[in-house]
Amino acid sequence: MSSLILRAGTRILAPLMLMFSVFLLWRGHNLPGGGFIGGLVAASAIALQGIAFGPDAIRRTLVVPPAAVAGAGVLIAAVASLPAALAGLPFFTGLWLKLDLGGGAVLPLSTPLLFDVGVYLTVIGSACALIAALEEEPSLEDTRERG
Amino acid sequence: MLGRFFVFLMLFMGAMLGLVLADDLIALFVFWELTSLASYLLVGFQSEKPAARRAALQALLVTGTGGLALLAGLILAAIAGGSWRLSELVSAGEAIRSHALYLPATTLIVLGCFTKSAQWPFHSWLPGAMQAPTPVSAYLHSATMVKAGVYLLARLDPAFGGTTAWTTTLLVIGGVTMLAGLLLALLETDLKLVLAWTTVSALGALVFLIGPATEESAQAAMAFLLTHALYKGALFMAAGNVDHEAGTRDLRDLSGLIRAMPITFAATAVSSASMAGFPLSLGWVSKAITKAAAIEAGGFAPVAVVTFATLLLVAIAGVVAIEPFLGRRSEAAREAHEAPPSMLFGPLALASLSLLFGLFPDLVSDAVLTPAASAVAAFPVAVEAKVVKPFDWTLALTLVAFAAGAGLYVLWQRRAQRWRDRLEPLVSRGPDRGYDHALAGLGRLASWQTRVLQPGLLHRYTAATFGVIVLATTTALFRGDLRLAFPLDGVRLIELAVTALTAAAAIVAAIATTRLLAVTALGMVGIGVALIFMLFGAPDLAITQFMVETLVVVLLALVLVRLPGFRLSASADRPRALHAAIAGATGLLVMALLLGVLAEPFDAKLSEWFARASVPEAFGHNIVNVILVDFRALDTLGEIVVVFAAALAGLAAIAARAARRGEA
Repeated sequence: MSSLILRAGTRILAPLMLMFSVFLLWRGHNLPGGGFIGGLVAASAIALQGIAFGPDAIRRTLVVPPAAVAGAGVLIAAVASLPAALAGLPFFTGLWLKLDLGGGAVLPLSTPLLFDVGVYLTVIGSACALIAALEEEPSLEDTRERG
Repeated sequence: MLGRFFVFLMLFMGAMLGLVLADDLIALFVFWELTSLASYLLVGFQSEKPAARRAALQALLVTGTGGLALLAGLILAAIAGGSWRLSELVSAGEAIRSHALYLPATTLIVLGCFTKSAQWPFHSWLPGAMQAPTPVSAYLHSATMVKAGVYLLARLDPAFGGTTAWTTTLLVIGGVTMLAGLLLALLETDLKLVLAWTTVSALGALVFLIGPATEESAQAAMAFLLTHALYKGALFMAAGNVDHEAGTRDLRDLSGLIRAMPITFAATAVSSASMAGFPLSLGWVSKAITKAAAIEAGGFAPVAVVTFATLLLVAIAGVVAIEPFLGRRSEAAREAHEAPPSMLFGPLALASLSLLFGLFPDLVSDAVLTPAASAVAAFPVAVEAKVVKPFDWTLALTLVAFAAGAGLYVLWQRRAQRWRDRLEPLVSRGPDRGYDHALAGLGRLASWQTRVLQPGLLHRYTAATFGVIVLATTTALFRGDLRLAFPLDGVRLIELAVTALTAAAAIVAAIATTRLLAVTALGMVGIGVALIFMLFGAPDLAITQFMVETLVVVLLALVLVRLPGFRLSASADRPRALHAAIAGATGLLVMALLLGVLAEPFDAKLSEWFARASVPEAFGHNIVNVILVDFRALDTLGEIVVVFAAALAGLAAIAARAARRGEA
């Protein structure tokens, strides 16, 4: 499955796709994008690495086990509901913090953004967990060689 | 070990206390089930014994099934009586008895009470429950838990009682249970099982006494309840002492224990006398009240049943008190010692009370029996307990029963083994065997329906799912009037082209002969759908669709290289014509639904609200994303939990395959 062209191309493509996925996540609130789409793009990038360099490349890219990434995503999304709950507002009310960076630039941080990061991580973790596990299954050619 | 035992016992005590104190019907039911659960844990306490495990499960299944019937019955009773409070139901008797739901409610409640109180034919779990340690048998399975059914019947007597159905059911089942229990007790060789069968019989007697729902029957039931609690607790604990000190409970190996265990014998003798109803014991007093109630209940049959029961009880008292203790010293008796004081205190205290209350019944008649009987009858009842009675025909009848019982005991000593051998085939075909058959049948039913419903073949699941969707939705569609709209104006050429491409790809996927072609065609269908989203101005949906299609192709490719046989087989195990029919019907149904939706006027309220509120309330211009992460964030949270759970399930399935391979 692994070829030189694929590996060389992946070295360039995968980082670009990962950056693009963060970009999609970030701009999602106002333009097409968001955590789900961004997560899918990132998962595609990591899957590409997996195809080119094997399942270990997926684990190296994510550092922690893929399933843990997914679990952390669910946890972060749930945590995003806490500020509103502590403030006595209805569940999942969006709260915004607009940081003034000076010079007219404003950095808007919000609980919906945190929630979207949770969605992003859940999608990446879930997809990569399955892809890595499937890649480690012996293919028919392997079994034939062993048999 | 002991700590665990006391935790279970305390759990039971709490549940039982809640059961008798609860006024709310649902609270009563919850505590009722809790006692069943505690009983399960206690019967199966010696979980290393298979017999204990079987008995625990049997007790749980029988009482639990009855508990479900009881819940349904209580709900019906609450509807009929207009209240969820026991205290209010009791005073709504007229309304309940004339209500259309009276009969179903009565049937279900009585069923629940009968299973709990081990009435025939549900009695067989109670002797099995004797696998429990002796204190549990004495406490749960003679004094408290099994009385729960009797308690509820007694409490509901004023509301439900008085009808022919109620009285007949309780009299007949109670009478059968009472006599059958006593007869089976005479066939047992295990001392504890003899007591268990007399408990079954006593429960039958209580149900029998509650049946007529009269003043006298309430008095008799309460008097017998107290008498039985005192003598049976003492007898169980004494049997435990015998088991502990002599090393066996088998009546054939026990005799002449009196020299080794005189105090245990004293407690047993007094309690047995109370059980038989001999003078100077509490049994004598309660027997007199019972006789009076039987005469009041009318006629020959109740008196005959009570007299016959007295006769059998006298014989059993001999079996319990004389057989192990008197006579020639057996092997076991030579080794035996008297139990330690801690084990003697319980039986002695209870036996002394039987004696004390027997001599001075006024001690309990006003303080305990009168309030209890008044609660059962729902009006004030005075219990008169007398030690000395004038000689009349009932007393003569009692004396005859005593003499006949003594004769039966003498006969039992000589013939018991022969009776056992002869009746063995009959007894072994009883309800206990029926329970085994029912359980085995349930297992077969479960494996049959699992084989049918869970074949593990994806195409069958899919076919079943879509078949049901088509049938149900089509039925629903034709019940209303279906209007279809065909809005064909304004169709662009590119829309037609994309649609044609998608349809062609779908057809290729359906008739493909290799997996690779099928996967590629399916990807084409997805891309076509994404293009349609794009054409109608839904970029978020379109990007998502593109990315999902990409990942699906990656996943499928990974799976495909691991599947044997590159070609799709058209073999006979897949009914292709049926599948084609289901798939075609699903497609037509979805099309009809969409055209039907188009025929309805479009309500833009929601979409307009989102468009208006998106920026001022959530500071976002992308409505789709704002809905996902803000307005409907809870839905999204649920969805990502599903994604996570699906990934974990997939991982588990793959890991299971790897583990199987490791073994092979």
